[in-house]
Amino acid sequence: MSRIPLPYNPKVMDLFRNPKNLGKMEDATVVAVAGNPACGDMITFYLKIDEANQTIEKAQFESYGCAANIATSSIVTEMIKGLTLEQTWTDITWKKVTEEIGGLPSVKFHCGVLAVGAIKRAIRQYFTQKGIATPCWLPHDFTFEEKQALEEEELAKTLSKRQKPEAEK
Amino acid sequence: MHYKSDELSIHKLMVGYCMVENVKELLKLHKDITHEVYLDNENSSFVPQEILEVMLPYWNKKAYGNPTLTHKPGWEAFETIMNASGKISRYMGAKNLEELTFTPGETEANNTAIQGAAFLQKDKGKKIVISEIEPINILQTVELMSKFGFSTTKIPVNSEGFINLEKLNKAIDNETILVSIASINSEIGTIQPIKEAVDIVKAKNPQTLFHTDASDAYGRIPLNVQNLGVDMATVSSFKIQGPRGMGALYVKDGINLERIIEGSIGTQKLWPGIENTPLIVGFTKASELAFENFDANTSKMRRLRDKLANGIFDELTDLRFNGPKGDKRSPDNANISILRAEGEALTIELSLSGVYVSSGSACSRRLLQPSHVLLAIGRIFEEAHGSILMKTTRYHTEDDISYVLSVLPTAVNRIRGIVGSTGVH
Repeated sequence: MSRIPLPYNPKVMDLFRNPKNLGKMEDATVVAVAGNPACGDMITFYLKIDEANQTIEKAQFESYGCAANIATSSIVTEMIKGLTLEQTWTDITWKKVTEEIGGLPSVKFHCGVLAVGAIKRAIRQYFTQKGIATPCWLPHDFTFEEKQALEEEELAKTLSKRQKPEAEK
Repeated sequence: MHYKSDELSIHKLMVGYCMVENVKELLKLHKDITHEVYLDNENSSFVPQEILEVMLPYWNKKAYGNPTLTHKPGWEAFETIMNASGKISRYMGAKNLEELTFTPGETEANNTAIQGAAFLQKDKGKKIVISEIEPINILQTVELMSKFGFSTTKIPVNSEGFINLEKLNKAIDNETILVSIASINSEIGTIQPIKEAVDIVKAKNPQTLFHTDASDAYGRIPLNVQNLGVDMATVSSFKIQGPRGMGALYVKDGINLERIIEGSIGTQKLWPGIENTPLIVGFTKASELAFENFDANTSKMRRLRDKLANGIFDELTDLRFNGPKGDKRSPDNANISILRAEGEALTIELSLSGVYVSSGSACSRRLLQPSHVLLAIGRIFEEAHGSILMKTTRYHTEDDISYVLSVLPTAVNRIRGIVGSTGVH
């Protein structure tokens, strides 16, 4: 195991220090969670959707994770504001998020992947919860980002188990 | 995780990371810091002025020669190194200075001990025994030895990090050639019962060699290799605020370890190459300062560590104190898991306030790698991810600790504010 130097760029640092759109949204249309604290990486997105136009009016987030996790979650909430659900689905990829934030250390690419996985999950959830027919642009199969989020959560099931009796508190 | 992308694209995504400019910007964010407190003495250390000044003349005024050569600077170097060996071997309780070899640090000393002892005894047996919380440099070295046919048994520890002596007893047989257990665990400060462990091992198999990594014990608890009965012991310079790149291995007289690197023969048989006299001088000065006022130094470390740990527990909830409390814990070590706060985010947040600590997690691809030590004492991944490790030294002041306590709760609360209800769903 080796530690990797992580000289984050100013944009990542700025969003880490002053995250935009942070906090719980009480009147969210849909709430989606991805990741798990056992993996050191978890995000909750709150979306307020204009249902007539299927447009994201507002997005907020909360996150348990490193500076890159916080910054990518924050920038995703900015990127999707005003986009239709279809535009969000099609245009927002982990690579685009990583580019938008000015680059990340390769060991932190997964932060952007998880953030996009969470947004895609929110969009799927919206149609399921509302009982609206799935639009043609929404594929039946999970995307790369959604699969990665699922894989991480599967892994967390094993990691969350205490391997030994709990230490004295 | 495999990213299907061409290299150019990956390069573009990483471009912000690759630029050294980022570091300049990161450092600018620290420009208004009024007070700095370095508590990451596990991973490196500052060198105090009083040690630096003693080292300086040895770069260009005296003893800069090769100690094996026949001229004045060489003889000066030889005399300096012998005096240093004499002092450090006395501080360790060794019988004579010939038992000490200077190495470039703890990693190299531990590698020499493990590999050297295994190769020396390869015809007697192939079994190595260590604890499950040994430092990474020991864990990876025994892994390497498996390629040469050696097998390793890892002795479990309890919830405070103490080795299970019964299991140690059971693990030793006629094939066991080497046992390695650190005197103090560097992450959670557990002081191991090394004397008892040595007695158990030697009673079962007197031929088994016993090595202890005493890097965290040297200068913190009384250490006497002869009284302990160990065959080998590692010490490290920066762990007592000496210069980095210097350590030493004690090998009991009569044990002829195999050398693990080759090169020109200096004065040392086990570690070839030209001795780094200035660093040896710095290590020696750091040892003198640590041992001359041993009780006062360790009392101070303990008092400041207790003020730090108690202060954090007074201000915050949802914490776990990792490792034992009381006199079975190293006087300098505080290791606390802060739930609902991720360690890397916390180290960055604290750095921006001038407080430098390390965290029990290292990011490796998608999965944060938590400390193997914290998992071994029964912490779950989430508890390990939020852990911070801090070590006090004789150079810290009450003001330093007060400053840490004035900024740490604010930093934790800000990070916890970002987490919000995530993970509570």
